[in-house]
Amino acid sequence: MNSVIKGASYILAHTPEMVIHNGTTQTTERIVNPDGDYLKALPSHLRSYEDCVNYWPNQVYIGNATPDELAEVAFPYYDKTKEGASRYGKFGEIMPEEEFLILAQCCDVFEVLLLEKGFVAANKEKLAADPIITEDILARVQEGVELSEIEHFVNDEHAEGLYHAGQLVGCVKRAHDIDVNLSAEVMHENIMTKATSVLALLYAVKNAGISKDDVEYVIDCCEEACGDMNQRGGGNFAKAAAEIAGLKNATGSDARGFCAGPSHALVEAASLVKAGAFKCVLVTGGGCTAKLGMNGKNHVEAGMPALEDCLGGFCVVLMENDGVSPEINLDILGRHTVGTGAAPQNVIGSLVADPLERAGLTINDIDKYSPEMQNPDITKPAGAGDVPMANYKMIAALAVKKGWLDRKAIPTFAKEHGLTGFAPTQGHIPSGVPYIGFAREDILAGKIKKAMIIGKGSLFLGRMTNLFDGISFVIQANTAAEAQKEAGVSEEEVKGLIAKAMKEFAASLLAE
Amino acid sequence: MAILKGKKVVIIGDRDGVPGEAIKACVDTAGGETVFASTECFV
Repeated sequence: MNSVIKGASYILAHTPEMVIHNGTTQTTERIVNPDGDYLKALPSHLRSYEDCVNYWPNQVYIGNATPDELAEVAFPYYDKTKEGASRYGKFGEIMPEEEFLILAQCCDVFEVLLLEKGFVAANKEKLAADPIITEDILARVQEGVELSEIEHFVNDEHAEGLYHAGQLVGCVKRAHDIDVNLSAEVMHENIMTKATSVLALLYAVKNAGISKDDVEYVIDCCEEACGDMNQRGGGNFAKAAAEIAGLKNATGSDARGFCAGPSHALVEAASLVKAGAFKCVLVTGGGCTAKLGMNGKNHVEAGMPALEDCLGGFCVVLMENDGVSPEINLDILGRHTVGTGAAPQNVIGSLVADPLERAGLTINDIDKYSPEMQNPDITKPAGAGDVPMANYKMIAALAVKKGWLDRKAIPTFAKEHGLTGFAPTQGHIPSGVPYIGFAREDILAGKIKKAMIIGKGSLFLGRMTNLFDGISFVIQANTAAEAQKEAGVSEEEVKGLIAKAMKEFAASLLAE
Repeated sequence: MAILKGKKVVIIGDRDGVPGEAIKACVDTAGGETVFASTECFV
C-alpha cells in the first residue's frame, strides 16, 4: 500500500546579520565593489525580529494563516502587519537570531563554532524556554570563550564572524589549514543548514505525533555539500542532524537535485516505505546562508526591506499506511527526462500533463498544484515576476492545448487550482513542498481530494550539464478502505473463515 | 528577424522564464552568432 504523510514541519530562523556577512550577493559585492552604496545602505533595510514575525508570508509558512488568506491581503505584503502574529505556529516557529546561534553551537561537534561567554549567558535561557528544545540539546551548550579569542580567530585565522545586533559575538573556525572544503565559510554554511534541519526534525516528530524512536530513516535534501578534499560531497547531513535531534534508531543519507531535491527525496522516501524497507522515513531540508539577501540590491533600490532575512527549513514524515492520512500515489509520477528538453512547455508537459494522461486523468482532476512557491513580494521587485503564477499560466495554457480547458477559463484556473506564493527564496525550500502541511489538512478536512507537488531544479548551475530537471507526484485522500473493498475479502473475514473451517474440522474429528 | 543577422549575441536566460538554450535556438535561426549563453536562477 502507498505510504502516508503523517505530518510536516516548517521553520524559519531570522538571521539578519548573516544577510550582511554570509549572503553571496553581499560577499561578492564586498569583493567587487567594497565602497559601493549598496553595502552602505543594506543595514538600514534589514528588518527587526518583530517585523519578520509580523510578516504575512512568514506566518503562512509556519501555519498561522493559509495561502488563501494571504491571497486576500493587498499586494505588496511587506508594508502590512498580520494581526495576531506569533513566533510559534502549528507547523513550526520563527526563531530569533540570538537563540539560533546557541542552537548552532549545540549542532557543532568539532569545536569550530565559538560563542562569547557573555552572549551565551545572556541567551541560553531564552533558547531553553522554547518548548521544542530538549534537555539533550541544552546539555550541549558550551560556556563560551573570551571575546579576545574570537577576535584572534577572525582577524588572524580566517574564521567567519558571528554577529548579533552589529556586535561580534562568536565565530566559525576553519576545520583544516589547507582544505577549502573545510574552510570557515563552508563550515559556517554547513553548521547553519544542519541547525535549521535539526529544528525542522524536532517539529516534524512532534507534529506527526510519533516517538523519536519510531524514525528509521532520514533523507536530507538541502543544496549544501559536506566533505573534505578527498570526498567533496561525501555527506551525510541526514545522519548528522538526526544525531542532534535524538533520532537514535535512524540511519539516513543525502539526496541532491538542486531545488528539485525535496521532490526527488519524497518519491524515494515514499518508495522505501511502500517497499517495506523502512516503516518511518523523514525527509528534511535545512536553510541556505548563501541565498540570504540574494535579491537585496533590488529590494534596497526599491526602498523596501531586504526580505530575504530568514533561513528556512522543512521536514515531512512518511509512514506505513494508517488507513486515514493522505497518501503519496507512486502510480502518478511526473518525470523530466534527459530527452525532455528545456522549453517551458516541455517541462510542464513532462511534469504535469504526461503523468496525468498516463493515469487516465486530466489537469482538471488535480484540485491544487504546488510548483515553486516563492513569495512574489520578494521576486517581483527583483524582476523575476510572480513565479507560482507563471507556473499556473503555463499549466492552464497546456490544458487549453490538450482540449481540457476552455481558453476563457485561464484567468480563473490559477484561483481555483493555484496557491499564492508564501515561501522564502531559499532554493529547495520553496520548491513544491511548502504546501504539503496544508495539503494534508485540506485533504483530511475533505476540502480537496488531490494535490500535485512539482519540484524543478536548475542542474545547469553546476556546469556539468545544460539539462533542466524536475519530478512531480500526487498526494491523495487515503484509499486503504477502497483497496480493501476491491480486494474482495478483508483480513478479518479471512480469519473468520479459517476459524470456522477449524471448528468444523475439530467437530468432524470428535464425531469420528 | 533581420535585427539579429550577423550580430554577436550574449544570452542570459531565466530558469523561471525562457531558458538560455531556447533563446540561443531562436538567435541561431535568425542568423545571429551566440558568443555566450547561460541560464541563471534568481530564486
